[in-house]
Amino acid sequence: MRCVMSLILPPVAAMSEPLLRVDGLSIHYPGPGGPVAVVDGVSLALERGRILGIAGESGSGKTQLLLALLGLVPGAGRVTGSVRLNGEQVVGAPDSRLQRLRGDRVAMVFQDPMTALNPQLRIGLQLTEVLAWHRSLKGARARERATEMLASVGLAEPALLLERYPHELSGGMRQRVMIAMALLCEPDLLLADEPTTALDVTVQAQVLDLLGELRDRLGMAILLVTHDLGVIAQVADEVAVMQGGRIIERGDVVGLFAAPQEPYTQRLLAAARRLEIPVGVPA
Amino acid sequence: MLARLPRLSLVLLALIVLGAILVPWISPYDYATPDWDSLNLSLQWRSGHLLGTDDLGRDLLVRLMWGCRISLLVALLASFTSLFIGVLWGVTAGYLGGRTDAWMMRSVDVLYSLPFIPFVIVLTVIFGRDIVLLFIAIGAVSWLDIARIVRGQTLTLRQREFIEAARVGGMRPAQIIRRHIIPNLMGIVIVYLTLTIPTVILVEAFLSFLGLGAQSPLTSLGVLIADGASQMRAQPRLLICPSVLLALIVYCSNRIGDALRDVFDPASGRGHE
Repeated sequence: MRCVMSLILPPVAAMSEPLLRVDGLSIHYPGPGGPVAVVDGVSLALERGRILGIAGESGSGKTQLLLALLGLVPGAGRVTGSVRLNGEQVVGAPDSRLQRLRGDRVAMVFQDPMTALNPQLRIGLQLTEVLAWHRSLKGARARERATEMLASVGLAEPALLLERYPHELSGGMRQRVMIAMALLCEPDLLLADEPTTALDVTVQAQVLDLLGELRDRLGMAILLVTHDLGVIAQVADEVAVMQGGRIIERGDVVGLFAAPQEPYTQRLLAAARRLEIPVGVPA
Repeated sequence: MLARLPRLSLVLLALIVLGAILVPWISPYDYATPDWDSLNLSLQWRSGHLLGTDDLGRDLLVRLMWGCRISLLVALLASFTSLFIGVLWGVTAGYLGGRTDAWMMRSVDVLYSLPFIPFVIVLTVIFGRDIVLLFIAIGAVSWLDIARIVRGQTLTLRQREFIEAARVGGMRPAQIIRRHIIPNLMGIVIVYLTLTIPTVILVEAFLSFLGLGAQSPLTSLGVLIADGASQMRAQPRLLICPSVLLALIVYCSNRIGDALRDVFDPASGRGHE
């Protein structure tokens, strides 16, 4: 619906600008010997309907980058550079503005759906709370919308699910609930922070398929952060490799995986391949 | 959940509370009017005074129930007030963190260092002896513990991913505190409440024993014990009855509090129900 709307009435800024444009983004934290850069001059752009995978080992600044896109870098961190979403500056924007943006235009799916859902609240309450806040939808209409969304992420008997608590669901179901929650307001940009890491392999594949399908259907952009190159190969259109807070190499998935230029990327790919050998080739 | 609570303590406490609530309607005697025909009556079923009367001819059972009524009322009011202040204070300090947290908790430390008994005595000097004063004095100090516990709990909750998820979802701090943090504190708060009530009853009894609490003819458990203690040679029943009652109330609520703590303890594997 939203993408049809934006075809008819494109926002002025969206004509010339991509959905997300990051320029020279740096995040510094105070350290014993002066500020330490955890994200260092990152620039990237993401169009609607594309999936960008960001690969890198732990500590390469992937999660900090995501937090900066939401304006949620913890107090001690100093953010410089520019993040423009739909042409609107996020860095330095006032909290009240950002609170309207978060969950509405940008949403996020977390690594571990068990800890990212409130254990004390029923699923229905957690979903309708988002709608009440961003869409002023209350009562039966909010529940209806929540049920619809749960059904659209492939959950059976969504109406009954609203009454359940998170601990009564399986890992895969919880992650689908997380995704449904993120999609309630039909965001333009979905951030996924290791969305499959806490799931077992068969469920991983289902969740990735779901992300791809939702991208096609809703026309949103997805920023997929993971250390698992297999995940990126499966769903992403483009890939950026991060090391030590910088993007050291980027390109479309097929090209980059076929011919990595940077030694670090080569090593990363080699490591991933080595792990695959015992599965693919019988000894 | 009820099945895991100590049944005997529940029943006993329920009976005592029921008696304390209903006493103005069910008792044939008044707590203040002396029965001049039966001063210092010992246990006598025929006289109609089941536990006898005190030295002014007032029915002991009725005075016990009235004492319970006042003691429980003060305990409940003081506990809920301290709970309310403590939770709000602790949650705000814990969630906002930083300088706000430091200032709020330092003021708790300052209040903690007030010596309690001199504090109450100064209050009585200024405002006169009054049951309301007792309640304010107890409320003013007992929220400090709750504030500290709640703050600690909030600090750990704040690190949890679902709070992060709520912030990513665009929730304002007030919404996050109300919808996500306070519900997750409820277990520990309820347990703490059930453990605070007996403590407050004891403090009330202690202050009344010193003559700083309820004033005659109104009575409370502490007043009854103090009165009984003055004649414990001649009429030991006047000391024993209120003491046993006080011990029972405190014991039962502590038992229930301990059992509740087990129920709400996540490690017992039945977390929230």
